[in-house]
Amino acid sequence: MKKVAFIISTLLTVVFVLILNNYWKFGNQNIPAFGKLLNPQQGCWQNAEPLNYDFSADLKFTQLKGKVNVFIDQRLVPHVFAEQENDAYFVQGYLHAKFRLWQMELQTYFASGRISEIMGESLLESDRQFRRLGMVYSAENTLKELEKDPIILSECNAYTSGVNAYIESLTESSLPLEYKLIGYQPEKWSNFKTVLFMKYMSYDLAGFDNDFEMTNAKSFLNETDFDKLFPINDVISDPVIPKGTIFEKQKVFPVIPANADSVYFERKTKVEAEENKPVKENGSNNWAVSGKKTKAGAPILCNDLHLTLNLPSVWFEIQISAPTLNVYGVSFPGVPGVIVGFNDSCAFGFTNGGRDVRDYYEIKFKDESRKEYWYNGNWEQTKWRPEIINIKGKPVYVDSVSYVMLGNDLCPVMYDNTFSGGKNENHNYYAVRWKGNDPSNDLKAFNLLNHANNYTDFTDAMTFLKTPGQNCIFAGKNGDISIRAQGEWPAKWKGQGDFIMPGVDSSYLWQGMIPEDEVLYQYNPDRGFVSSANQKPADDKDYPYYLGRNYPIYRGMEINRKLKDMNDISVQDMMELQTDNYNLVAEFTTPVLLKNIKVSELNPVEKTYFDLLKDWNLRNDPGSKGATVYELLWNNFYKAVYDDEYAKAPEVVLRPGENSLIEAIINDSDYKFIDDVTTAQIEKMSDVVTISFKKASEQLKKIDDRGRLDWEKYKSTQINHLSKLNPFSRKNLPIGGSKYSINATVTTHGPSWRMIVDLSGNTEAFGIYPGGQSGNPGSKYYDEFIDNWVEGKYYTLWMMKEEEQNDNRIKWKMNFSGL
Amino acid sequence: MRFIVSFLLTAVVSYAAGFYFPWWSIAVAAFLIAVIIPQKPGITFLCAFFSLFFLWSGLSFFISRNNENILAHKLSLLIFNYDSPLILLILTGLTGGLVAGLAGLAGSYLRHRAN
Repeated sequence: MKKVAFIISTLLTVVFVLILNNYWKFGNQNIPAFGKLLNPQQGCWQNAEPLNYDFSADLKFTQLKGKVNVFIDQRLVPHVFAEQENDAYFVQGYLHAKFRLWQMELQTYFASGRISEIMGESLLESDRQFRRLGMVYSAENTLKELEKDPIILSECNAYTSGVNAYIESLTESSLPLEYKLIGYQPEKWSNFKTVLFMKYMSYDLAGFDNDFEMTNAKSFLNETDFDKLFPINDVISDPVIPKGTIFEKQKVFPVIPANADSVYFERKTKVEAEENKPVKENGSNNWAVSGKKTKAGAPILCNDLHLTLNLPSVWFEIQISAPTLNVYGVSFPGVPGVIVGFNDSCAFGFTNGGRDVRDYYEIKFKDESRKEYWYNGNWEQTKWRPEIINIKGKPVYVDSVSYVMLGNDLCPVMYDNTFSGGKNENHNYYAVRWKGNDPSNDLKAFNLLNHANNYTDFTDAMTFLKTPGQNCIFAGKNGDISIRAQGEWPAKWKGQGDFIMPGVDSSYLWQGMIPEDEVLYQYNPDRGFVSSANQKPADDKDYPYYLGRNYPIYRGMEINRKLKDMNDISVQDMMELQTDNYNLVAEFTTPVLLKNIKVSELNPVEKTYFDLLKDWNLRNDPGSKGATVYELLWNNFYKAVYDDEYAKAPEVVLRPGENSLIEAIINDSDYKFIDDVTTAQIEKMSDVVTISFKKASEQLKKIDDRGRLDWEKYKSTQINHLSKLNPFSRKNLPIGGSKYSINATVTTHGPSWRMIVDLSGNTEAFGIYPGGQSGNPGSKYYDEFIDNWVEGKYYTLWMMKEEEQNDNRIKWKMNFSGL
Repeated sequence: MRFIVSFLLTAVVSYAAGFYFPWWSIAVAAFLIAVIIPQKPGITFLCAFFSLFFLWSGLSFFISRNNENILAHKLSLLIFNYDSPLILLILTGLTGGLVAGLAGLAGSYLRHRAN
């Protein structure tokens, strides 16, 4: 009896320990190893950082050549003072890892199509998509390019060994929380992972295109309608480089293929493949005003970068100081140096260039084996790249991706009979020619920029920025301001790459890149400011190369309108402008919409919403009910205008850009699409607006009943944890803004870093990002900045001098030295 | 008296083992103490259970207090979909307690068998 009891209780203990020591999956429910997780000496409780945690430390590493003193201020911003520049990158790597390791690693897993290794089979399609785009292949080539540059290579080597020094110091208890929850271990860092992160940013910012959707839109719309809905030349526009600018002489002359009308602009081809794309709203604002327009008489540079908002944030604030440089700003965890910031001589920032640098070619294979493809009159041999994808809890998946030589570029056949990207079956073959797949040494641009002393240094630095192309902005202590629409862009003929192109010969390939000396720029323009907000870089009538369609227009317009009228500008003025919730599109469209609502047909409930709209101040401020009414009216109106024409559209299709509808409303014209084609009578604008308003009112009533009519409640801005764990996210943030406001804060997207640098005297700088320096959800520094960010407040960005180490803002000191 | 000694010893040995060994060393500790200090099986179970219940929930309590429960709020929401640091502390105590209790029970039966 005792024997049996002993055996049973021993077995029970062992089984219990095994259950609690392992990770389980029931249906969609992931069960962590509770024993590991809850034990207070190694598990998650160890990640509950004491509020008074002491970050000070003395650390010794053989890799360091000199001493590095790190002063950490009250916001957990490290001020790194190194005797040798590369030692500073070592320490930057160490600090990035100390505060953001899980995020750094996850982002590179995602970029290299390895996320299903951690998260399981549900993300296999995401992994395949990145592999098939050529991310890993091109990162390998870019790494080779980087290794040719001894300065950048040693910078990256130092950074990587700093990250690894931290990883090696990890114990089970100091492992970041997410590793414990999901149940895996960090890998060693490498320069390759740094490159992968850069490739991810290329994807995020230069990976957007509409080739499949446009091809299908073309297939069911006639030419007139198509051009109306997707105009090349916007009637309203205010490009980055103002209209009337005289450009450098054209040197590359792209020739439109002779058969373009019959085989490219034809209206029959339909495609089934479906692209997974980066967020279209990835964009930003930047501007610099010259000393002529400021109170202090020196330039002020402003930049806010609109990205998907996540926790931990994509940015990490840091000051890096060495005998060769002194720079402050935000860095990418995973990448050495500062990306957006300022040094002792100048300030710099970016907005996305947004040109289409991702095109597709339809490939003709001899048969389904894909072994030979037809190109320039011959059957050519396919090259293969097996992509080996490890999946958590499943056998390895091998994706054989075929590569074809198009001109001088080896391009992956991203979509084929094994991968359609969506639900539909796809039987065609589409190779992708993406600028992001070209090797380049973009890190050099940031290294040089961090060291830049003047305008010439800035332009020299920027020539190394190839992809993602950016509107790079500059302001110097000497009073210079400048903007450059920098990047390596294909020189396209009009319409090239809007649709899927034939890939059977070289005639449709990119015929060259726009030469560096033709890069669009402005240097100390007469108007006293430079600015960009992702609008078209130049006016099509002036500029010889094709720039594509669908650029956002109105944010840039509003910025320019404001800046033009502003004088005697202070930092405070710039803060107000950067956080401005005014909606320019609403200014243009609301009067027309109001005029077209037949008030006599409204019931009392609808009438109350009508009054809210009528009294609305055109600002997407928190608390505004009119802003919500406008938004819903607009959404319903948009649907009412186009849904009838699109009823028979293919599934994968581009909906009209809003620019077309906005222009139509502003002109209050007989816009053809207003009429509902499914009815016998001809609807007028007032019919459609009134129906839309009634529909909107129904929805508004429901929203109102839930108490969410205030704009910020309806919009419900949220900052999600990178693995979408709700308790680690911040939801329902009471912040205003809209996609047409300068404060472009929408639901999951918005100003990821706001910065204002006043270059007078001692340089005063201000900035904030919606996150916190620590990536640990158990730290009070995890989301420390968010509430201030919501309120539109800024922190002083303190360019510390080493002799100020006794300043009361400094809370901790980390000493790094060699042995 | 035995109960108190056993209770304290199990906690101390488990705590010390926690610095060097995986979490399940608490099972080994409870088992060994139960073999060394014989008590009735039921009593041993309760003794080891409470020893680890208080050790784990107590340690967590002090850690979490210094953190003002920032993490405990988030983890309780994550695990129970309900915001209660207290429940998370109890779960922590129960996890440690049950493992130690079962191991103590096994140790106790082994001792009784040998007798």
